[in-house]
Amino acid sequence: MGTRYIWFIAPAVIVTVAIIIFPWMFTIYMSLHDWQVTGARTFIGLDNYVSAFADRRFIAAIWRTGLYAVFSVTLPVILGTAAATVFHHEFPLRGLLRGIFIMPMMATPVAVALVWAMMFHPQLGVLNYLLKSVGLPPSLWVYSPNTVLPALAMVETWQWTPLVMLIVLGGLATLPVEPYESARIDGAQPWQTFVYITLPLVMPVILVAVVLRTIDALKAFDLIFTITQGGPGTASETLNIYLYLKAFSFYQIGQASAIVVIFFVMIVALSLGALALRERTRWT
Amino acid sequence: MDVMQAVGPSVAPLRSLSPWPRLRAQARRGLILGVAVFILVMPALFVFLWMLSLALKPDVENTAYPPIFIPRSPTLDSFRQILDGSPIGRYTMNSAVVAGGSTLIALILGVPAGYGIAKSQQRGMLGFVLIARMTPALSYLIPWFIMFRAIGLNNTLTALVITHLVIGLPVVIWVMVGFFDGLPRDLEEAAAVDGASPWQAFWHVALPLGRPGIVVASLLAFIFSWNNFIFAVVLAGRETRTLPVLVFNTLTFERLAFGPLAAAAILVTLPVLIVTVLVQRQIVVGMTAGAVKS
Repeated sequence: MGTRYIWFIAPAVIVTVAIIIFPWMFTIYMSLHDWQVTGARTFIGLDNYVSAFADRRFIAAIWRTGLYAVFSVTLPVILGTAAATVFHHEFPLRGLLRGIFIMPMMATPVAVALVWAMMFHPQLGVLNYLLKSVGLPPSLWVYSPNTVLPALAMVETWQWTPLVMLIVLGGLATLPVEPYESARIDGAQPWQTFVYITLPLVMPVILVAVVLRTIDALKAFDLIFTITQGGPGTASETLNIYLYLKAFSFYQIGQASAIVVIFFVMIVALSLGALALRERTRWT
Repeated sequence: MDVMQAVGPSVAPLRSLSPWPRLRAQARRGLILGVAVFILVMPALFVFLWMLSLALKPDVENTAYPPIFIPRSPTLDSFRQILDGSPIGRYTMNSAVVAGGSTLIALILGVPAGYGIAKSQQRGMLGFVLIARMTPALSYLIPWFIMFRAIGLNNTLTALVITHLVIGLPVVIWVMVGFFDGLPRDLEEAAAVDGASPWQAFWHVALPLGRPGIVVASLLAFIFSWNNFIFAVVLAGRETRTLPVLVFNTLTFERLAFGPLAAAAILVTLPVLIVTVLVQRQIVVGMTAGAVKS
């Protein structure tokens, strides 16, 4: 059975090897060299890795990436799950409203980042006006090192809550009916039904959303690069932004490659950890 | 199955024969639901309407305080400024060629692959697709940048089409595996009994049936390629930039020109938004394919 379909799969595999696997190998190779875009390249072993961990800016970028990821995983997962329970109901215009709700994740990231950048403007931006009109003090948003990461995570949440919603909504659609009938007979309150039946049943699906969100939050680039380019100063310089500067502003290809390898190992480790967690929830 | 409706209020009629408490409970539930939906849709609606408002207002209104929400003297000047004053025509062509070309190649490679994976149950291949999704785009970009430089492909649309396969191919394979998995097996088995080769069964039976899946896969692959920014930033030259790069460049040079900035943003993302709302059902199916099952 297996070999009959090999010619269906082979072309895609060959292309994948050429555009994904080979670049990885090449990255590892480059990470072991002192590699400038022009000029000599010399083999230096693990020196690039050693100097990466000695670089304060790199360590700071790791912490920032982690902080940014915590915000931009937790908020979309909570809000997306809540949104899914709402969209799981029947109501008029549901299709259209769901379409509007998922617009942020389909829209061109650079374009929406640009609109947010304008809304964040401390004097002319509409956000501070909205804060003021409900009696809250204005914020410097992305213009202050203290608020820039939460402000960016807010945009990320706005953009990616819909994806979590869609995934959890898909999970809700597959739930069995029986537990709900028993709950009704036992006279359970709606919130009890939600906490004790719905939530445990969709937990595996929510964890899929957590994994996807974690990967995407760690990889975030377009939003941060468009709105702050890592600033003010280096206050929003996450790993991806640091990596971009290293490779394409300073052209330190060898060092950047070492950081890519470290970054990738971190992402895979986190994803595998989350997937292991998911396997465990299946038994409970 | 409706979670909220399944519990609570439907017990009430047993205690009271009057329909009023039940209707009132229904009305209250409807109101809560309505408010919840409004709160959910508001942030998306606000940002996109604000984008439209900024693009249609003259400069004086855009810098007014308190902000003017509904344009008092709407104008298309900002759009005119972008259409006349920037190479948007060329960039649109570039975006269309790159997104169209990479989607087409992704379909040619990915639809048969999705079929093969679904039929032979080679689930390991899907892990491959997942890893491609996990990898930060920058980690491809550094080796590609070096390699394309070496073979003289930097600053060409060919380089962009090739690199955008990284976006399109996993999407196509992912959606198509989910789709072909759901097709009934009888038809192809009948074809096999009639002496059709796997290739003939694919071409004459599975492909026509798979058309809805192919539509979803191509839409998603095209949109994600159209939206992509980072590949073009690094690999494109002056002549081969795509639309997101144009938007980004407008930003850096005219930080405070709210109107033209918003107009550029709208021109780039409006086609995507229209498609999203029109085919939201299919997008929902495509985006959640696999996520729920696997």
